[in-house]
Amino acid sequence: MSTALSGATIDTARPASPQGRRPGRAKRSTPRNTLTPGAGLGLGIAMLWFSLLVLLPLSAIVATAAAGGWENYVQVLQNDQTWAALKLTVTQAVIVTLINIVMGTVIAWVLVRDKFPGKAILNVIIDVPFALPTIVAGLVLLALYGPNSPIGINWAFTPNAVLLAFAFVTLPFIVRTVQPVLEELEADVEEAAASLGANRFTIFRRIILPSLVPAIFAGAALSFARAISEFGSLVLLSGSRPFETEVVSVRVLSFIENGSYASAAALASVMLAVALFVIVVLDIVQRWVAHRG
Amino acid sequence: MVKVSAPAKWTLRLLAVGYVFFLVAWPTGLLAYRTFEDGLSSVLDTFQEPDVQAALKLTAEVAIIAVVINLVFGVTISILLVRYEFPGKRALSAMVDVPLSVSPVVVGLALVLVYNGRDGWFGPGLEENGVIVIFNTPGLVMATCFVALPLVIREVVPTLHEIGDDQEQAARSLGANAPQTFWRITLPSIKWAVVYGVVLSLARSVGEFGAVKVVSSNLRGKDLTATLMVENKYQNFAQEQAYAIAFLLVLISIACLVVVALLRPKTDD
Amino acid sequence: MSIDITGVTKRFGDFVALDDVNVSIPTGQLTALLGPSGGGKSTLLRIIAGLDKADAGTISIEGQDATKLPPQKRNVGFVFQHYAVFKHMSVAKNVAFGLEIRKRPKAEVKQRVEELLGLVHLSQFSARMPSQLSGGQRQRMALARALAVEPTVLLLDEPFGALDAKVRKELRDWLRRLHDEVHVTTVFVTHDQEEALEVADEIVVINEGRVEQIGSPEQLYDEPANDFVMRFLGEVTELDGKIVRPHDVDVALQPAAPGGTPATVTRVLRVGFEVKLTVTTDAGQDVVVTMTRSHMRSLGVEEGSKVSLTVAPGAVAVPATGGVPTTLDETPAAAAG
Repeated sequence: MSTALSGATIDTARPASPQGRRPGRAKRSTPRNTLTPGAGLGLGIAMLWFSLLVLLPLSAIVATAAAGGWENYVQVLQNDQTWAALKLTVTQAVIVTLINIVMGTVIAWVLVRDKFPGKAILNVIIDVPFALPTIVAGLVLLALYGPNSPIGINWAFTPNAVLLAFAFVTLPFIVRTVQPVLEELEADVEEAAASLGANRFTIFRRIILPSLVPAIFAGAALSFARAISEFGSLVLLSGSRPFETEVVSVRVLSFIENGSYASAAALASVMLAVALFVIVVLDIVQRWVAHRG
Repeated sequence: MVKVSAPAKWTLRLLAVGYVFFLVAWPTGLLAYRTFEDGLSSVLDTFQEPDVQAALKLTAEVAIIAVVINLVFGVTISILLVRYEFPGKRALSAMVDVPLSVSPVVVGLALVLVYNGRDGWFGPGLEENGVIVIFNTPGLVMATCFVALPLVIREVVPTLHEIGDDQEQAARSLGANAPQTFWRITLPSIKWAVVYGVVLSLARSVGEFGAVKVVSSNLRGKDLTATLMVENKYQNFAQEQAYAIAFLLVLISIACLVVVALLRPKTDD
Repeated sequence: MSIDITGVTKRFGDFVALDDVNVSIPTGQLTALLGPSGGGKSTLLRIIAGLDKADAGTISIEGQDATKLPPQKRNVGFVFQHYAVFKHMSVAKNVAFGLEIRKRPKAEVKQRVEELLGLVHLSQFSARMPSQLSGGQRQRMALARALAVEPTVLLLDEPFGALDAKVRKELRDWLRRLHDEVHVTTVFVTHDQEEALEVADEIVVINEGRVEQIGSPEQLYDEPANDFVMRFLGEVTELDGKIVRPHDVDVALQPAAPGGTPATVTRVLRVGFEVKLTVTTDAGQDVVVTMTRSHMRSLGVEEGSKVSLTVAPGAVAVPATGGVPTTLDETPAAAAG
């Protein structure tokens, strides 16, 4: 599972350039083309399928939303219920991402550096939210945090349900991006710091953590995007109460079911934009942190 | 390596295990318990219902078709991305990851906008020629393909990078043509990554909910997948039946995870 | 004595890495731990640094018992084979690390870093990232970083092992000269006997977890304690049931004085100004003989020549079956008799 979730955008170490070229200055070159006729055909067919499946449909959303013009967007976003859903979704997603940054790193640390019986089982359980159907996730969470909770916690139909569902479905993301980086860390760098007098906490703070930051950020981006997209687990768990527990994806579904495709598209494109924005910002911050050293 | 002090070690351990236990392990276990609270027979009864059986059959059909399509597409795109250069390669590589960040409802909406029979971009044209996509199985297949699209690719691409193309070059120097190189050298070398990706795709395809809800007519016996049936049963106060189907889906997910966990050591050699 | 190692034993499972090792390392000297791979020398170095713990025995550094101290408290500088650079810090920051965590004032840190970068000739790279440096430059930076905190002892674990041959030779000379300038007690681990012989003031030969011999390069070369040390420190060849150095084999055209071993020259290899002759005895044994080209010419020996081999008088020799080495100062005839 780890590679399935590890960001393809994680920056790896730049190669040595003894002539002293500044890092990040890539050589500009015209795009090469090494396709053979067979490969070109394969690419053509694959691109055709990809366009029919992904590119065209996604552009249809943007086009439909744009066709309504700015008034469409304004109307949709000014709607109190929609705005409440947006606020709820984004704030809960941010909170969950912050929780995941801490817990994800802790869990990855325990998986890589600790040894105890049952660790392998822990490793598998972490991926359950990734493999479980979201509707089933809702049922699962209802079992412990719903009306028949054996520990008396009933969060069904409350905003906490949203946080809980988000935390559940985003659990694996930061763990699986941080884990491989932790595994690759070389012991001798930490030993060097120890020989220079650094205590354990300093070693973690100044040597280990900086190496993990890019992976944490990549995982955080995935976690945030996943959280704001979440739908299935909230259907049964939150009751989708307007202004209280309704998330953006549920609003989009309402628009669709009412035939208001333009409004649905507008809101959907806002979601896509937010996700894109966060991914880009985190990528920029990650590069800045990695460069600054 | 930094040796964490004993109290810190135990704190971290407890935090990690506790968090995962309360968030995932216990709730999932409780679901299993609830499912069998009224005995095994009521669970088995659920699966005798023709509607339920139809839903399971539909899920299996849709998932398998989607997995096969993603397998072919995924392996093709992976090889193209790793072993070839072409204009737009970087854009394609980034686009391939998009389905991971898109809400399932938005996926459904996107497909509906293009393929619905009334006013979609291609929908009316296709339906005139007898191809109905939305509110029909092809729509379900497309929605499922969309959400699981990156999974095979994200497994195969790193493996292809790691292996390098030395073996393929050697094969070519010995006279093998492209198809021979592909079937005899490339494919076997990515065997486990492909299996890994297929199992993940399968779990994802079986479990898709939001996207299929939008493109499905939600009619029992026709367009309800297993996941949609879980919602349907629960909303109609047939909770034990919802649990039964949900439990089956949990079993399938965990089976996929276990298979993948067991296969992991093989990919590490 | 700078470092006193007493009775140190270390096991990894069933494998005994170090077996009751006793060594005293003199202050201010450049000492080499020399031996084949897997012999225990790196383990010993890491135990001195506190990066590994011995199962038995004690370590004293400058008279203080350091056995239970963590590496942070031992004030040892450690240089790793693969440099262990802090990838995300600039060269200057790397070197400054030890001083910064000791909370030294900024001005002092800056000055010391400049001083050290000047010492290792990396001043112009101070703002660069380690990834922009070559291997040799990274190792020099690692050395500067270790020296920054003025360690009592400097430990280097196969410091040039990851570098290519030319850079290795350059850095070897450079380390010697650095030591002559800085005079900190230095211990380095190597499996390259040429490196140890060229650089060290004293060599500790370690094999299979045990100390074989301790001495200066001359002592080890001229007075090897056993056949392992003799074989490890230079080329050897076997003649008359003894192990000798190839340059200690005297060659004379037949017929020669009695007591020599009859043989035929089967191969002549020119290596620079020397020649390496493979001479096969009539009994079928191959003996390697080295001599200068001019000497070979004056002997009139060439491929196919029938010759007679004797061990030179005064040569170091170890019996081939093991045992105590001897220096032959008798004439061959008397020895055989």
